[in-house]
Amino acid sequence: MVGYWVTATPGLDAHLSVARGEFALDVHMRIEPGCTAALLGPNGAGKTTAVNALAGVVPLLGGRIALNDVVLDDPAAGVFVPAEGRHVGVVFQDYLLFPHMSALENVAFALRSRGTARAQAHAAARAWLDRLDVGGVAAQLPRDLSGGQAQRVALARALIADPALLLLDEPLAALDVSTRSALRRTLATHLRQFAGPRLVITHDPLEAFLLADVIYIIEGGHITQSGTAEDIRLRPKTRYVADLAGANLVRGLARDGEVEVDGQTLHIADLDVSGAVLATVHARAIALHRTQPEGSPRNTWRTSVERLEHYGDRVRVQTGGPVPLAVEVTPGAVAALDLETGGEVWVSIKATEIGVQSL
Amino acid sequence: MTVNGRRRRTQQPPLLMVVLATAGLGLFVLPLVGLLGRTPWSELTSLFGNDTATSALRLSLVTSFAATALSALFGVPLAWVLARVEFPGRSLVRGIVLLPLVLPPVVGGAALLFALGRRGVIGEPLYSATGFVLPFSTSGVVLAATFVAMPFLVLTVEAGLRNLDPRYEAAAASLGGGRWTVLRRVTLPMIAPSLLSGLVLTWARALGEFGATVTFAGNLPGTTQTLPLAVFVALESDRDTAIALSLLMVAVSLTVIVALRDRWWGTG
Repeated sequence: MVGYWVTATPGLDAHLSVARGEFALDVHMRIEPGCTAALLGPNGAGKTTAVNALAGVVPLLGGRIALNDVVLDDPAAGVFVPAEGRHVGVVFQDYLLFPHMSALENVAFALRSRGTARAQAHAAARAWLDRLDVGGVAAQLPRDLSGGQAQRVALARALIADPALLLLDEPLAALDVSTRSALRRTLATHLRQFAGPRLVITHDPLEAFLLADVIYIIEGGHITQSGTAEDIRLRPKTRYVADLAGANLVRGLARDGEVEVDGQTLHIADLDVSGAVLATVHARAIALHRTQPEGSPRNTWRTSVERLEHYGDRVRVQTGGPVPLAVEVTPGAVAALDLETGGEVWVSIKATEIGVQSL
Repeated sequence: MTVNGRRRRTQQPPLLMVVLATAGLGLFVLPLVGLLGRTPWSELTSLFGNDTATSALRLSLVTSFAATALSALFGVPLAWVLARVEFPGRSLVRGIVLLPLVLPPVVGGAALLFALGRRGVIGEPLYSATGFVLPFSTSGVVLAATFVAMPFLVLTVEAGLRNLDPRYEAAAASLGGGRWTVLRRVTLPMIAPSLLSGLVLTWARALGEFGATVTFAGNLPGTTQTLPLAVFVALESDRDTAIALSLLMVAVSLTVIVALRDRWWGTG
């Protein structure tokens, strides 16, 4: 039975409590319509269990799932809407396209299940495949599709039923590295076209930072931190987050081996890339100096120490403008450089330590 | 490594292996040779045309297909329950289902008789209530064949279900597929190879069934005398007919094997 409940805002409001053997998942997420959230965490953190609970494959032990004011699962109230009644579109890990059906039949499945006539369902499926630029593979079986094509067919299959929530479980993990960044961009475009709340489950911080407006960090079945990519990057709360936020990500414009970032020019090793880019520098790859350094690093500037955070044997130094960066040093280095909040410091980065990805 | 591996593959196999393998093959080939050697080829068409042969063939086809249909009707749900539902005593249930595979068919037939015969535990009240008698009827033949053949279907379909990644069914449900839609459009098509092998094995076993049939349904020409029974009877009286009928069964079996060769051992 579908229960109705009045909530303040539409979108997804989920408090998931599930026990699987010794493992307990207990997370709370709220996603507004038109907003992409990422559930980011290491393997075994409970991400797949969360997907299964939201999709209705696994019932909750406690908590409550409400989607656009409709309660989908609330064990205390005895409400459980099974998967087929949820209107939750899921792009599963490995896509799980039905191997015995053509791409077209896969996409048409949701409409056929609702009793739509075959011809009508196929016409709608064809339109969705065209919309995602895979109209050409309509007649092919999943085993003959490339990873990128399979991903889009899976997305079309999930979207055709006009779901109220879109779940993507590791949508890029099945792709090889060379196609991943291109497909991440098209995926971002397609996600923006979906008006409801979207949740991307991933273990890849770059994916989360680039696709999501809000990031939930999950560790050991619990949300350890949530916020925008900026919040998480600048103020990591746990060692895991500090590690994955270790890479500084800055957007800029590339041209002739240089990247222009907020008025500061970064020299990079790649001479061919141009246009909008995301430059990445790991916190450990940045050196700090008391005076202007000399030598091979071509990127160097004077800045201020905004914050010092201790994580065991490492100290995270947050520097100020022109390009705010997180820098990881040892406590010994902090003492030697006489670093303190508000103090002055020189930053240097070798051009070869800056990774560049086209956006 | 590559050179070594290649050489090993082209090496002569051990002699003992070849001798034993040839002897094993001989066990299968010699009876066929014997059968073909004694076949009265010139009279074959007339032998196939006689009443005993045609009615036995018709009865065998009807009952074996009926038994296969019954096995599918009850066996697929049974396999599904064994594969998907956890309940206490599941391995005991599986053991009971597989019992006819190891039980001598005659014993199975006798057990059916004690249960469903006119004086059987269930047969007696059934008879007094409806006048319906299973033994010594064509329905009895079908029941006996189902009893011995259905385990093949349950076994293969259960294995197929266990090998199917349940996430596909979850995916189908998330797309709005109800239980029956998922079963019909995802589960069954995805286990189609297992289902097909199961159906063929079941049908072949039902076609060859002898012991349970003769015990439970008897040997009445036209009603319960299937091909194997007709062969056995003809061996005593009319050797040529027995050979012709045997040849018919060999032909049917070979056809099944050839039809299924891709499924079982690929074309390579």
